[in-house]
Amino acid sequence: MSENVIANPAEIMLAEGFSGIAQDWSADKQTFQVPWGKAMMWIFLLSDTFIFSVFLTSYMTVRMSTTVPWPNPSEVFALTIFGNHLPLVLIAIMTFILISSSGTMAMAVNFGYRKDRKTTAILMLITAAFGVSFVGMQVFEWSKLIEEGVRPWGNPMGAPQFGASFFMITGFHGMHVSVGVIYLTTVAFKVYRGDFDKTGSYVAVEIAGLYWHFVDLVWVFIFALFYLW
Amino acid sequence: MEATEHQEHPISLYLKVWFLLFVLSACSYLVDYVGLQGFLRWGLILLFMFLKAGFIVAIFMHMAFERLALACAIITPPSVLLVLITLMAMEANYTFFTRLFFFSS
Repeated sequence: MSENVIANPAEIMLAEGFSGIAQDWSADKQTFQVPWGKAMMWIFLLSDTFIFSVFLTSYMTVRMSTTVPWPNPSEVFALTIFGNHLPLVLIAIMTFILISSSGTMAMAVNFGYRKDRKTTAILMLITAAFGVSFVGMQVFEWSKLIEEGVRPWGNPMGAPQFGASFFMITGFHGMHVSVGVIYLTTVAFKVYRGDFDKTGSYVAVEIAGLYWHFVDLVWVFIFALFYLW
Repeated sequence: MEATEHQEHPISLYLKVWFLLFVLSACSYLVDYVGLQGFLRWGLILLFMFLKAGFIVAIFMHMAFERLALACAIITPPSVLLVLITLMAMEANYTFFTRLFFFSS
Protein backbone atom coordinates (compact mmCIF):
# COMPACT_ATOMS: atom_id res chain seq x y z
CA MET A 1 0.00 0.00 0.00
CA SER A 2 2.76 2.39 0.86
CA GLU A 3 4.26 1.73 -2.57
CA ASN A 4 1.23 3.35 -4.11
CA VAL A 5 1.67 6.46 -2.05
CA ILE A 6 5.33 7.10 -2.88
CA ALA A 7 5.22 5.80 -6.43
CA ASN A 8 5.81 9.32 -7.68
CA PRO A 9 6.97 11.47 -4.76
CA ALA A 10 7.05 14.67 -6.80
CA GLU A 11 3.34 14.52 -7.48
CA ILE A 12 2.10 14.13 -3.94
CA MET A 13 0.90 17.22 -2.13
CA LEU A 14 2.65 20.01 -4.02
CA ALA A 15 1.31 23.01 -2.16
CA GLU A 16 0.95 26.31 -4.02
CA GLY A 17 1.78 29.84 -2.96
CA PHE A 18 3.73 30.67 0.16
CA SER A 19 3.07 27.33 1.84
CA GLY A 20 4.57 25.87 -1.34
CA ILE A 21 7.76 27.87 -0.77
CA ALA A 22 7.94 26.65 2.84
CA GLN A 23 7.36 23.08 1.71
CA ASP A 24 9.99 23.22 -1.07
CA TRP A 25 12.67 24.74 1.16
CA SER A 26 12.01 22.60 4.25
CA ALA A 27 11.53 19.22 2.56
CA ASP A 28 14.42 16.84 3.02
CA LYS A 29 15.20 16.77 -0.71
CA GLN A 30 16.10 19.07 -3.59
CA THR A 31 14.54 22.51 -3.27
CA PHE A 32 13.82 23.43 -6.88
CA GLN A 33 11.45 21.08 -8.66
CA VAL A 34 13.21 21.48 -12.01
CA PRO A 35 16.03 19.61 -13.76
CA TRP A 36 19.36 20.67 -12.27
CA GLY A 37 20.57 22.20 -15.54
CA LYS A 38 17.65 24.62 -15.55
CA ALA A 39 18.21 25.66 -11.93
CA MET A 40 21.92 26.22 -12.62
CA MET A 41 21.20 28.27 -15.75
CA TRP A 42 18.84 30.47 -13.71
CA ILE A 43 21.52 30.96 -11.05
CA PHE A 44 24.10 31.81 -13.73
CA LEU A 45 21.66 34.31 -15.27
CA LEU A 46 21.16 35.84 -11.82
CA SER A 47 24.91 36.44 -11.55
CA ASP A 48 24.92 37.87 -15.07
CA THR A 49 22.09 40.20 -14.06
CA PHE A 50 24.37 41.66 -11.41
CA ILE A 51 27.24 42.12 -13.89
CA PHE A 52 25.08 44.05 -16.35
CA SER A 53 23.41 46.01 -13.54
CA VAL A 54 26.82 47.12 -12.28
CA PHE A 55 27.74 48.28 -15.81
CA LEU A 56 24.50 50.21 -16.17
CA THR A 57 24.82 51.69 -12.69
CA SER A 58 28.35 52.90 -13.42
CA TYR A 59 27.03 54.40 -16.66
CA MET A 60 24.36 56.21 -14.63
CA THR A 61 27.04 57.48 -12.24
CA VAL A 62 29.32 58.92 -14.94
CA ARG A 63 26.40 60.42 -16.86
CA MET A 64 24.98 62.11 -13.76
CA SER A 65 28.32 63.44 -12.54
CA THR A 66 29.76 64.86 -15.75
CA THR A 67 29.69 68.64 -16.21
CA VAL A 68 30.17 68.29 -19.97
CA PRO A 69 26.93 67.74 -21.97
CA TRP A 70 26.22 64.07 -22.80
CA PRO A 71 26.15 63.33 -26.57
CA ASN A 72 22.56 62.97 -27.80
CA PRO A 73 22.22 59.23 -28.64
CA SER A 74 19.26 60.00 -30.90
CA GLU A 75 21.62 61.99 -33.15
CA VAL A 76 24.78 59.93 -32.64
CA PHE A 77 23.04 56.78 -33.86
CA ALA A 78 20.99 58.42 -36.63
CA LEU A 79 21.36 57.18 -40.18
CA THR A 80 20.35 58.64 -43.51
CA ILE A 81 18.60 55.99 -45.59
CA PHE A 82 17.42 56.87 -49.11
CA GLY A 83 17.64 60.54 -48.25
CA ASN A 84 15.56 60.22 -45.06
CA HIS A 85 17.27 61.25 -41.86
CA LEU A 86 16.08 58.70 -39.27
CA PRO A 87 17.09 58.96 -35.62
CA LEU A 88 18.26 55.79 -33.90
CA VAL A 89 17.07 53.66 -36.82
CA LEU A 90 19.81 51.02 -36.70
CA ILE A 91 19.22 50.45 -32.99
CA ALA A 92 15.49 50.07 -33.64
CA ILE A 93 16.17 47.45 -36.32
CA MET A 94 18.56 45.63 -33.95
CA THR A 95 15.84 45.66 -31.27
CA PHE A 96 13.27 44.14 -33.63
CA ILE A 97 15.77 41.51 -34.79
CA LEU A 98 16.52 40.44 -31.23
CA ILE A 99 12.81 40.26 -30.35
CA SER A 100 12.15 38.18 -33.47
CA SER A 101 14.95 35.84 -32.46
CA SER A 102 13.38 35.49 -29.01
CA GLY A 103 10.11 34.53 -30.69
CA THR A 104 11.71 31.85 -32.87
CA MET A 105 13.57 30.54 -29.81
CA ALA A 106 10.30 30.23 -27.84
CA MET A 107 8.87 28.29 -30.80
CA ALA A 108 11.95 26.04 -30.84
CA VAL A 109 11.43 25.17 -27.15
CA ASN A 110 7.79 24.41 -27.88
CA PHE A 111 8.57 22.10 -30.81
CA GLY A 112 11.34 20.51 -28.76
CA TYR A 113 8.86 19.32 -26.16
CA ARG A 114 6.70 17.98 -28.99
CA LYS A 115 9.82 15.97 -29.98
CA ASP A 116 9.75 17.51 -33.46
CA ARG A 117 13.47 17.16 -34.11
CA LYS A 118 13.75 18.85 -37.48
CA THR A 119 11.55 21.90 -36.80
CA THR A 120 13.32 22.49 -33.47
CA ALA A 121 16.76 22.40 -35.08
CA ILE A 122 15.67 24.70 -37.93
CA LEU A 123 14.05 27.21 -35.56
CA MET A 124 17.18 27.26 -33.41
CA LEU A 125 19.36 27.87 -36.47
CA ILE A 126 17.04 30.73 -37.54
CA THR A 127 17.47 32.16 -34.04
CA ALA A 128 21.25 31.87 -34.36
CA ALA A 129 21.10 33.55 -37.79
CA PHE A 130 19.18 36.48 -36.26
CA GLY A 131 21.93 36.64 -33.62
CA VAL A 132 24.64 36.74 -36.28
CA SER A 133 22.90 39.59 -38.13
CA PHE A 134 22.58 41.45 -34.81
CA VAL A 135 26.32 41.15 -34.18
CA GLY A 136 26.96 42.21 -37.78
CA MET A 137 24.98 45.41 -37.28
CA GLN A 138 26.83 46.02 -34.05
CA VAL A 139 30.14 45.73 -35.93
CA PHE A 140 28.82 48.29 -38.44
CA GLU A 141 27.77 50.59 -35.59
CA TRP A 142 31.12 50.28 -33.81
CA SER A 143 33.17 50.99 -36.97
CA LYS A 144 30.96 53.98 -37.78
CA LEU A 145 31.51 55.45 -34.31
CA ILE A 146 35.24 54.69 -34.29
CA GLU A 147 35.51 56.41 -37.68
CA GLU A 148 33.76 59.46 -36.20
CA GLY A 149 36.45 59.59 -33.52
CA VAL A 150 34.64 57.99 -30.58
CA ARG A 151 37.16 56.38 -28.21
CA PRO A 152 36.84 54.98 -24.68
CA TRP A 153 38.68 58.08 -23.42
CA GLY A 154 37.00 60.78 -25.49
CA ASN A 155 34.87 61.79 -28.45
CA PRO A 156 34.16 64.93 -30.48
CA MET A 157 30.46 65.10 -29.41
CA GLY A 158 30.69 65.74 -25.68
CA ALA A 159 31.33 63.96 -22.41
CA PRO A 160 34.36 61.63 -22.73
CA GLN A 161 32.66 59.00 -20.55
CA PHE A 162 30.22 58.33 -23.42
CA GLY A 163 32.72 56.17 -25.30
CA ALA A 164 33.78 54.21 -22.21
CA SER A 165 30.18 53.37 -21.31
CA PHE A 166 29.20 52.61 -24.89
CA PHE A 167 32.05 50.23 -25.72
CA MET A 168 31.90 48.51 -22.33
CA ILE A 169 28.15 47.89 -22.24
CA THR A 170 27.45 47.08 -25.88
CA GLY A 171 30.73 45.17 -26.16
CA PHE A 172 29.85 42.90 -23.26
CA HIS A 173 26.34 42.42 -24.62
CA GLY A 174 27.66 41.67 -28.11
CA MET A 175 29.99 39.08 -26.59
CA HIS A 176 26.96 37.45 -24.94
CA VAL A 177 25.14 37.34 -28.28
CA SER A 178 28.18 35.80 -30.00
CA VAL A 179 28.56 33.15 -27.29
CA GLY A 180 24.80 32.52 -27.57
CA VAL A 181 25.10 31.92 -31.32
CA ILE A 182 27.78 29.27 -30.71
CA TYR A 183 25.72 27.74 -27.88
CA LEU A 184 22.52 27.60 -29.96
CA THR A 185 24.30 26.13 -32.99
CA THR A 186 25.81 23.40 -30.80
CA VAL A 187 22.48 22.48 -29.21
CA ALA A 188 20.72 22.64 -32.61
CA PHE A 189 23.28 20.18 -33.96
CA LYS A 190 22.67 17.85 -31.02
CA VAL A 191 18.90 18.14 -31.54
CA TYR A 192 19.24 17.29 -35.23
CA ARG A 193 21.53 14.33 -34.48
CA GLY A 194 18.83 12.96 -32.17
CA ASP A 195 20.82 13.10 -28.90
CA PHE A 196 17.77 14.17 -26.94
CA ASP A 197 15.60 11.40 -28.36
CA LYS A 198 18.08 8.99 -26.78
CA THR A 199 17.95 10.70 -23.36
CA GLY A 200 14.23 11.35 -23.79
CA SER A 201 14.41 14.94 -22.52
CA TYR A 202 14.46 18.12 -24.55
CA VAL A 203 15.09 20.31 -21.52
CA ALA A 204 18.50 21.28 -22.97
CA VAL A 205 16.61 23.30 -25.61
CA GLU A 206 14.69 25.16 -22.93
CA ILE A 207 17.92 25.87 -21.01
CA ALA A 208 19.56 27.27 -24.15
CA GLY A 209 16.37 29.28 -24.63
CA LEU A 210 16.66 30.76 -21.14
CA TYR A 211 20.14 32.04 -22.00
CA TRP A 212 18.96 33.50 -25.30
CA HIS A 213 15.90 35.23 -23.79
CA PHE A 214 18.19 36.70 -21.15
CA VAL A 215 20.39 38.23 -23.85
CA ASP A 216 17.23 39.80 -25.29
CA LEU A 217 16.20 40.93 -21.81
CA VAL A 218 19.52 42.72 -21.26
CA TRP A 219 19.09 44.47 -24.61
CA VAL A 220 15.67 45.77 -23.46
CA PHE A 221 17.43 47.55 -20.58
CA ILE A 222 20.37 48.78 -22.69
CA PHE A 223 17.98 50.08 -25.37
CA ALA A 224 15.90 51.98 -22.81
CA LEU A 225 18.63 53.29 -20.53
CA PHE A 226 21.52 53.91 -22.91
CA TYR A 227 19.99 54.67 -26.31
CA LEU A 228 16.62 56.24 -25.46
CA TRP A 229 17.36 58.11 -22.22
CA MET B 1 9.18 15.25 -12.23
CA GLU B 2 7.14 14.81 -15.39
CA ALA B 3 4.56 17.36 -14.34
CA THR B 4 7.00 20.18 -13.62
CA GLU B 5 9.73 19.43 -16.15
CA HIS B 6 7.66 20.06 -19.22
CA GLN B 7 6.72 23.57 -20.19
CA GLU B 8 4.12 22.94 -22.85
CA HIS B 9 1.93 25.87 -23.75
CA PRO B 10 -0.12 26.61 -26.84
CA ILE B 11 1.81 28.33 -29.62
CA SER B 12 -0.82 31.07 -29.76
CA LEU B 13 0.39 32.27 -26.33
CA TYR B 14 3.93 32.79 -27.68
CA LEU B 15 2.65 34.50 -30.82
CA LYS B 16 0.55 36.91 -28.76
CA VAL B 17 3.47 37.83 -26.50
CA TRP B 18 5.73 38.14 -29.52
CA PHE B 19 3.31 40.58 -31.15
CA LEU B 20 2.98 42.48 -27.87
CA LEU B 21 6.77 42.83 -27.59
CA PHE B 22 6.85 44.22 -31.14
CA VAL B 23 4.19 46.78 -30.29
CA LEU B 24 5.93 47.79 -27.06
CA SER B 25 9.27 48.16 -28.87
CA ALA B 26 7.62 50.28 -31.54
CA CYS B 27 6.08 52.43 -28.79
CA SER B 28 9.41 52.99 -27.05
CA TYR B 29 11.01 53.88 -30.39
CA LEU B 30 8.17 56.32 -31.05
CA VAL B 31 8.94 58.07 -27.75
CA ASP B 32 12.27 59.04 -29.27
CA TYR B 33 10.95 59.62 -32.80
CA VAL B 34 8.20 61.99 -31.65
CA GLY B 35 10.75 63.69 -29.42
CA LEU B 36 8.97 63.67 -26.06
CA GLN B 37 11.03 65.26 -23.29
CA GLY B 38 11.13 65.41 -19.52
CA PHE B 39 9.24 63.19 -17.12
CA LEU B 40 6.81 61.97 -19.80
CA ARG B 41 9.75 60.62 -21.82
CA TRP B 42 11.50 58.96 -18.87
CA GLY B 43 8.26 57.58 -17.47
CA LEU B 44 7.20 56.04 -20.78
CA ILE B 45 10.68 54.62 -21.45
CA LEU B 46 10.72 52.94 -18.03
CA LEU B 47 7.11 51.75 -18.36
CA PHE B 48 7.72 50.09 -21.75
CA MET B 49 11.06 48.70 -20.50
CA PHE B 50 9.54 47.01 -17.45
CA LEU B 51 6.55 45.71 -19.42
CA LYS B 52 8.83 44.13 -22.04
CA ALA B 53 11.15 42.69 -19.39
CA GLY B 54 8.17 41.32 -17.48
CA PHE B 55 6.67 39.57 -20.53
CA ILE B 56 10.02 38.06 -21.54
CA VAL B 57 10.73 36.69 -18.05
CA ALA B 58 7.17 35.58 -17.29
CA ILE B 59 6.15 33.96 -20.59
CA PHE B 60 9.23 33.32 -22.77
CA MET B 61 11.37 32.22 -19.80
CA HIS B 62 8.37 30.45 -18.22
CA MET B 63 8.86 32.10 -14.83
CA ALA B 64 5.09 32.53 -14.45
CA PHE B 65 4.67 28.76 -14.68
CA GLU B 66 7.53 27.78 -12.34
CA ARG B 67 7.04 27.05 -8.67
CA LEU B 68 7.13 30.08 -6.41
CA ALA B 69 10.27 28.80 -4.60
CA LEU B 70 12.32 29.13 -7.80
CA ALA B 71 10.71 32.39 -8.88
CA CYS B 72 11.43 34.02 -5.50
CA ALA B 73 15.00 32.69 -5.38
CA ILE B 74 15.72 34.32 -8.76
CA ILE B 75 13.54 37.45 -8.79
CA THR B 76 14.08 38.81 -5.25
CA PRO B 77 17.93 39.03 -5.09
CA PRO B 78 18.18 41.72 -7.82
CA SER B 79 16.08 44.01 -5.60
CA VAL B 80 19.24 44.74 -3.56
CA LEU B 81 20.44 46.53 -6.69
CA LEU B 82 18.06 49.34 -5.74
CA VAL B 83 20.35 50.04 -2.78
CA LEU B 84 23.38 50.20 -5.09
CA ILE B 85 21.57 52.46 -7.56
CA THR B 86 20.41 54.80 -4.76
CA LEU B 87 23.89 55.03 -3.23
CA MET B 88 25.53 55.62 -6.61
CA ALA B 89 22.98 58.29 -7.53
CA MET B 90 23.79 60.13 -4.29
CA GLU B 91 27.51 59.74 -4.97
CA ALA B 92 27.11 61.00 -8.54
CA ASN B 93 25.18 64.05 -7.33
CA TYR B 94 27.93 64.81 -4.83
CA THR B 95 30.64 64.43 -7.52
CA PHE B 96 28.65 66.66 -9.87
CA PHE B 97 28.33 69.51 -7.36
CA THR B 98 31.97 69.14 -6.27
CA ARG B 99 33.01 69.45 -9.91
CA LEU B 100 30.79 72.51 -10.43
CA PHE B 101 32.33 74.09 -7.34
CA PHE B 102 35.99 73.42 -8.20
CA PHE B 103 35.85 73.82 -11.96
CA SER B 104 34.19 77.24 -11.65
CA SER B 105 36.68 78.63 -9.14
